[in-house]
Amino acid sequence: MKSLAELQAIRDKVRAQVSVREGQEDRIRILVGMATCGIAAGARPVLTAFIDELEKRGITNVQVTQTGCIGICQFEPVVEVVTPGKDKVTYVKMTPEMAVRVVNDHIVNGNVVQEFTIGAHTK
Amino acid sequence: MYRSNVLVCGGTGCSSSNSQEIMRRLEEEIKKKGLDKEVNVVCTGCFGLCSLGPVVIVYPEGSFYSQVTLADIPEIVEEHLLKGRIVKRLLYQETIDKDAIHSLTDTPFYKKQKRIALRNCGVINPEVIEEYIAMDGYSALGKVLTEMKPEEVIQVIKDSGLRGRGGGGFPTGLKWSLAAQNDADQKYVCCNADEGDPGAFMDRSVLEGDPHSVLEAMAIAGYAIGATQGYIYIRAEYPIAVERLQIAIQQARELGLLGKNIFDSGFDFDIELRLGSGAFVCGEETSLLASIEGHRGEPRPRPPYPAVKGLYGKPTILNNVETYANIAQIILHGADWFQSVGTERSKGTKVFALGGKIKHTGLVEVPMGTTLREIVEEIGGGVSDGGKFKAAQTGGPSGGCIPSKFLDIEIDYDNLTEIGAMMGSGGLIVMDESTCMVDIAEFFLRFTVDESCGKCTACRIGTKRLLEMLEKITGGRGEDGDIEKLESLCHYIKDNSLCALGQTAPNPVLSTLQYFRDEYVAHVHDHHCPAGACKELTIYRVLPEKCIGCTKCARNCPVGAIHGNVKEHHFIDMNKCIKCGVCMENCKFDAIVRE
Repeated sequence: MKSLAELQAIRDKVRAQVSVREGQEDRIRILVGMATCGIAAGARPVLTAFIDELEKRGITNVQVTQTGCIGICQFEPVVEVVTPGKDKVTYVKMTPEMAVRVVNDHIVNGNVVQEFTIGAHTK
Repeated sequence: MYRSNVLVCGGTGCSSSNSQEIMRRLEEEIKKKGLDKEVNVVCTGCFGLCSLGPVVIVYPEGSFYSQVTLADIPEIVEEHLLKGRIVKRLLYQETIDKDAIHSLTDTPFYKKQKRIALRNCGVINPEVIEEYIAMDGYSALGKVLTEMKPEEVIQVIKDSGLRGRGGGGFPTGLKWSLAAQNDADQKYVCCNADEGDPGAFMDRSVLEGDPHSVLEAMAIAGYAIGATQGYIYIRAEYPIAVERLQIAIQQARELGLLGKNIFDSGFDFDIELRLGSGAFVCGEETSLLASIEGHRGEPRPRPPYPAVKGLYGKPTILNNVETYANIAQIILHGADWFQSVGTERSKGTKVFALGGKIKHTGLVEVPMGTTLREIVEEIGGGVSDGGKFKAAQTGGPSGGCIPSKFLDIEIDYDNLTEIGAMMGSGGLIVMDESTCMVDIAEFFLRFTVDESCGKCTACRIGTKRLLEMLEKITGGRGEDGDIEKLESLCHYIKDNSLCALGQTAPNPVLSTLQYFRDEYVAHVHDHHCPAGACKELTIYRVLPEKCIGCTKCARNCPVGAIHGNVKEHHFIDMNKCIKCGVCMENCKFDAIVRE
């Protein structure tokens, strides 16, 4: 170990891994519906796509978790993005490719991907 | 990235209830479900709630599963990890409030705690140095080596008010400055991990759960006093702690956090382990240093203190594990932050190992000044099996008893010393009304008699005679004047022993005499044990009016001491009775009494 920067680099790299274990109220939560209907419609690849994309971009303040059936099985895989202090956004009929875009547009840049939302589908 | 972390306690308590196997099964099951890329299984140190082990926590939800068995694993993986449904029936009951599940930190056990020394225990994997670094580990060492002068480091520790957590409460900063002032070609930093009190396991838990915090603090101490070599003296009876320390030292060396020219500052520091074979006297500083040198573990007179002439005759500082566990936090957050926790003369927190007749046996860390009542009744969940609090014993064989009238005393070094107990290393044993105080004193005395190194006559022979007198009293052979003889011998031993072992050995007797003298009197004069614990002073009797002659007692008596025909009143042959109490436990009609 030669410098503080070197230590900091290790710290940043592993930080995401351990920060999950601290109760942080202000983090964004991505909830993927993983009841029977969700899994049958292909929710698992969507979930892993979220995890992979977040890791690739080194985003640590986002928590990916599963949730049960919210009752709109025809729209599965359903993904909800909950940002503290903002309205919940519900994306429907998700695919891994769409998950990547949600991370890029919504999580990183803060722009909700309107055409993926439940609002766009039920119009 | 993993979306979920499953933490399995790998402390000694949970390990002995099979947590290693549980971890293996979890990994297996997770792999079977194809979740191994998303879910990370982590072995951690102690969470504190040892009585509920084995413990498994699932993050990000923070679900606290207690008393998990191998049969529960598929359900946790299938329901929680795959489908996202928390398995309520396995949750720690106190985290469930009606239908809502609240966080572990809101439960009575954790709410009043403040974790400084134990901050990483149960959070990180102690065998992965990167996890410690992720929790700001080694940044205190980095800060010290790149930004601070040695005297500044010592000043911060002095200002923080940190006092030795091994029991004595000597100001840590002062100890460091004394060693720093003495010029020498070589100085040493030593760590006392020879935790010997019966019922104490604080240091073991820190070393098992967060070994790097001790290594980092020792390196900081080395820089502060000008030492380049550290030794950790740990008892070989702590195999998990020894193994994790070895791994930790190896990893720190690989990353260059121990060794030559750390942080390019020109500072060299390395640490080695020295295993002790479990002699209690080696917890005393001069004996410990003698043992590291390879000599017999015997104390020597002080002065010269180790800060002047310690290991191999060189200036040495010796601190306890828990003391070191506070150091990095003080450097990172500052002396004022540490000062803000605790009482006027005792700063910071103290870790206690709760044991005895208490609901939540385990490890807790509370700010100094927390009352005994808060620790026992709120955090500890109260006396187990509905018993009534009688006294708490702190400080092990060197300490004393705190009777119920002092339940509201604020715990710090000075308050405890004032009432004849002591902080000690942190063992806190709760006793209820079924505990005989004379019997307790005898128990601790038997320990010190075994552990006296034999150097001082007062300790070697005095404690033996003291034990014999106690045995006479609990054996029902006490005579007038015995209590007075006991007292004067106690003072003689205290005054004529070289080290703390002998000086404090009579404390359990003196403090029980101070607060429970009536029990001694009852033993000596009435040959009666009020708590009914001393076997030779109690008899078991069948109450004829209640006995229906079911024969259960007779069938269960291990020595065949109970006679009687079916449907007739039974009786106990006291010549054969070994007073095990099995008959009383088994009687459904409360027809057997102990007197």
